[in-house]
Amino acid sequence: MFDHFETDLFFDEMFESDGSVRPHCSPLLERFSSIERADFEARRQACDSHFLRQGVTFNVYHDDKGTERIFPFDPVPRVIPAEEWDLLEAGLSQRIIALNLFLHDIYHEQQILKDGVIPAYYIENAKHFRPEFRGIDVPEDIYIQICGSDLIRGDDGQYFVLEDNARCPSGASYLLENRNALKRAFPGLFDAMGVRPVDAYPRELRRMLEFISPHREGDAVCVLLTPGCYNSAYFEHCYLAREMGIEIVEGKDLVVLDDFVYMRTTKGLERVDVIYRRIDDDFIDPTVFRKDSVLGVPGIMQAYRAGNVALANAVGTGVADDKVVYHFVPKMIEYYLGQQPILPNVQTYLAYEDSDRKYILDHLPELVVKSANESGGYGMLMGPTASKAELEEFRARIQDDPRNFIAQPVISLSRCPTWCGEGFEGRHVDLRPYIIYGESVKIVPGGLTRVALNKGSLVVNSSQGGGSKDTWVLRG
Amino acid sequence: MLSRVANCLYWMVRYIERADNLARLIEVNERLLLDLGWKDAAGLDALWRPVIASSGDEELFESAHPDGLRREAIEFLTIDTDNPNSIVSCIGQARENARMVRDQLAESLWEELNGLYLFVHSTEGAALVRSNSTAYYERIRRSTFAFHGMAAATTLRGEAWDFMDLGRHLERADKTTRFLDITTFIEAQPDHFGLTADEHWLAILRSCGGLGAFRVKHRGRFTRRNITEFLVLAPDFPRSVRYCAARIDECLHAISGTPRGGFANEAESLSGRLLSDLAFSSCDDVLALGLHGYLDGLQQRLNAIGEAVFRAFILLPDEIEQRPPIPASSVSAVVKWQMEQQQQ
Repeated sequence: MFDHFETDLFFDEMFESDGSVRPHCSPLLERFSSIERADFEARRQACDSHFLRQGVTFNVYHDDKGTERIFPFDPVPRVIPAEEWDLLEAGLSQRIIALNLFLHDIYHEQQILKDGVIPAYYIENAKHFRPEFRGIDVPEDIYIQICGSDLIRGDDGQYFVLEDNARCPSGASYLLENRNALKRAFPGLFDAMGVRPVDAYPRELRRMLEFISPHREGDAVCVLLTPGCYNSAYFEHCYLAREMGIEIVEGKDLVVLDDFVYMRTTKGLERVDVIYRRIDDDFIDPTVFRKDSVLGVPGIMQAYRAGNVALANAVGTGVADDKVVYHFVPKMIEYYLGQQPILPNVQTYLAYEDSDRKYILDHLPELVVKSANESGGYGMLMGPTASKAELEEFRARIQDDPRNFIAQPVISLSRCPTWCGEGFEGRHVDLRPYIIYGESVKIVPGGLTRVALNKGSLVVNSSQGGGSKDTWVLRG
Repeated sequence: MLSRVANCLYWMVRYIERADNLARLIEVNERLLLDLGWKDAAGLDALWRPVIASSGDEELFESAHPDGLRREAIEFLTIDTDNPNSIVSCIGQARENARMVRDQLAESLWEELNGLYLFVHSTEGAALVRSNSTAYYERIRRSTFAFHGMAAATTLRGEAWDFMDLGRHLERADKTTRFLDITTFIEAQPDHFGLTADEHWLAILRSCGGLGAFRVKHRGRFTRRNITEFLVLAPDFPRSVRYCAARIDECLHAISGTPRGGFANEAESLSGRLLSDLAFSSCDDVLALGLHGYLDGLQQRLNAIGEAVFRAFILLPDEIEQRPPIPASSVSAVVKWQMEQQQQ
């Protein structure tokens, strides 16, 4: 089925540019090639129906009915050899440590601003900066306990960090379920490949939550706070809570009394020590942030300030994944750790800087423009494929609010063979590893490989025609 | 256990039980019509009236289908999503509740319920109602039985189980009284729809899934008295009101930890009194009060237990509840906010 496969001058995860298979993928290719087409199709459909039956679905935004869809799954795994993973692991660890030092600094002395490494203006005007939390210590001094940095590879296979998701990174349940689905449907593929398991993720997550508990006596009571069953990631919230063996709660299940947080049980109130929250800062406490939020818990910020409850991630981490602040992460690594960044950023132009803005406006059709605080592929302009009207709209928006726009060159993401109904074709992919920072940094060997299923598309988001693949990290 | 979780488990099972009972009732009624072999179409249609009435949604049906006949009645009870108590609505509600507590359910349990939900919402499912309704209702019944069976085989015997069992038996008791009450509607007709007493009593036993058990216990003597006693007072038939009341009482005491024979909350007080009334009543006592009035009284007492459960375990005392209730008008805003929460 791979007979007519073309790499089309893109970097391909499975094939060299001359069309020969990369050595670490060779047994996998052989096994795929030996599967009859009808058999392959039947197994692939078995995966889909498994996801649907299990309810491994996401709710589509901007759809009032809360329609559930399965996240399309492609059975060809993306394979990462051991030495490549070692590099990613080192680079991501370095990054999350630096980001945490940065957040501590920003919410205390602000030395990095005083030293002029990052202009203070950018921080003060970051949408998710929470100055009211300056001077508050967080448990174990960790702000980002769970990070989902997005990685991409360019033409030559060089890895770049595209963005850091430091508020509520999502998708870990797909990482786990994709592996389950592939193991069930194509068990033979795994033979003698030396694929490292990923199932430690929920255990590591739980361990981290217990580690940040502000109370040392007894077992920490950890809960996962969900916005509710209409949220796009509700399946994931349930999945992770169940795998960790903790309660999933909604805001209305929690009450605050005398600066402690309790959950309402059939036997009365039970104290909660740690909250893995999957709800935005703005909604978490109607007495502090949005007054109209019924999703949050009145008074919870008071309990948090008093040090009686830990939140993962901490309040105010969004400042670190502002796309303008992203630009400064390599500088943070040098500033706080005295090291060179192991994983580079994508070159980024800041529209607020005069010279950069001029460059952006002059080269709009060649660039990707992003607003600083959107995710999910929203608020973004793909210069090369944009219409004239879209280009003009963004030109105006950039001039209107330069602080909140950045631009990057178009990186032609690496590709991975993907089933396209007729045969395998190359489709662009990115990689989302999940980094947990508790007692130490833990990265599950694997990640969510998202794939742009539409031919030629570079947008991998599930909301915009993206699917996903299992990600195999091989033993050394 | 979280109060909200207890509430969801309770309603999940109630709705499944409701769907199961309704499927059985419709199926039995369809079969009864075939047995009658009537040529009179109007008579056929009239026989759906008591069934609609027993569901308690007569007004809704009248307003939606003022001239509704057999086909409308079946669709209203089965696939009409505007009817909150249709089979499809009940399965939807059960799944919605299950979805909110998925972390508490065994995988197989969720899969069974989700599979049933996907089936009733599929074009295949909708087509089957018309082409082969027996197969359709059979599928519903088997699936709900599978659900109960898997739940029994996999659920830890703790609070979760007690709340599920409580929901199941409250719903079951209520449905048994309603099915039995259909006789009132039939007997009120001058010609009893042309049904012999045997025919309609048999149908009611079938609807309650009790025909086999009744034959064993009463050696097939299908009298009004025997059947009433069997469905209301039998201590050993799992769908009799008394059996269900005993389970309800047991579950409530298991949840609160209070020994049986006493009570620690209003729900236990009500269930204890109901159980002892049933245990110490004879069929003569029931019939002396008039069957319809007696059954009506049972339904009210079962409802009162349901409300007391909610007050005892789900609602918080006023002094702790700081959150204003969400007005119904802003429910869609809440949904919107839930959807808005960025999952990066």
